[in-house]
Amino acid sequence: MKRSENTMKLYLPSLSVNESLARSAVAAFVAQLNPTIEEISDIKCAVSEAVTNSIVHGYKFATGIIYICVKYYRDRTVVIEIKDKGCGIEDVSLAMTPLFTTDTSGERSGMGFAVMSTFMDKLDVYSKRGNGVRILMTKKLA
Amino acid sequence: MEKTRFIYEDATLTVKILGDIDHHNARAVREEADKIILGRKPRLILLDLSAVEFMDSSGLGLILGRYNLAEEIGAEVKIIKPAPSVLRILELAGIERIMKIEEGAKK
Ligand SMILES: Nc1ncnc2c1ncn2[C@@H]1O[C@H](COP(=O)(O)OP(=O)(O)O)[C@@H](O)[C@H]1O
Ligand SMILES: [Mg+2]
Repeated sequence: MKRSENTMKLYLPSLSVNESLARSAVAAFVAQLNPTIEEISDIKCAVSEAVTNSIVHGYKFATGIIYICVKYYRDRTVVIEIKDKGCGIEDVSLAMTPLFTTDTSGERSGMGFAVMSTFMDKLDVYSKRGNGVRILMTKKLA
Repeated sequence: MEKTRFIYEDATLTVKILGDIDHHNARAVREEADKIILGRKPRLILLDLSAVEFMDSSGLGLILGRYNLAEEIGAEVKIIKPAPSVLRILELAGIERIMKIEEGAKK
């Protein structure tokens, strides 16, 4: 197994004020690799999507903990793991369909997973109903 | 703190959004914008994104929500001056198929 060069772990309560904190903290960590402006904005957006989903869908009106772990490797691969212990997703592939949303307020676009998979190189979503969601995203920097 | 600034002129309402658009900020933007949109009932709504450095899919939801509200009052919506990173997410969602996006400094 290859060893990561550096690791950051962050545990945050699922408060919406922490959406900007989470993406800024990950961006500051990844900045050690001197990414391009585009790479950093892609990563911020993907992190914001995953964290927002844990807050809005996973924990809904309750407050739980969001676990974020970021690593990078010698070959400039960045691996981001974002986890919650909220309600989970019953049908992951349906949830990942662009425009699919379970939100009823009419204010969510259903494009969160599409953003994560477009802006990162690889996206894996693991979930079971009642068991929370674990997102693993990878991006290799130039 | 205000999240929006408005200019109303010749039945055109310019809504300038200030700062990041994420799920946390979208609510205040929505409330401020809807109040003035419904108050003024403009024919044209210009969503000025020149002061938005960061936007995620909550911003897409916000824009589509204002588009639907505009439809109800018979107004047209245009997006003006998005930053390159904001333009990329607008394009990913195919927003240009339902409303015009103007990149220049045109009003
Ligand atoms: N962390 C999560 N916990 C529970 N459900 C989730 C989570 N993340 C995503 N989902 C489900 O997947 C759907 C699609 O997510 P997404 O593509 O981000 O769109 P949106 O957030 O706009 O609904 C959500 O509406 C929700 O039902
Ligand atoms: Mg989402």
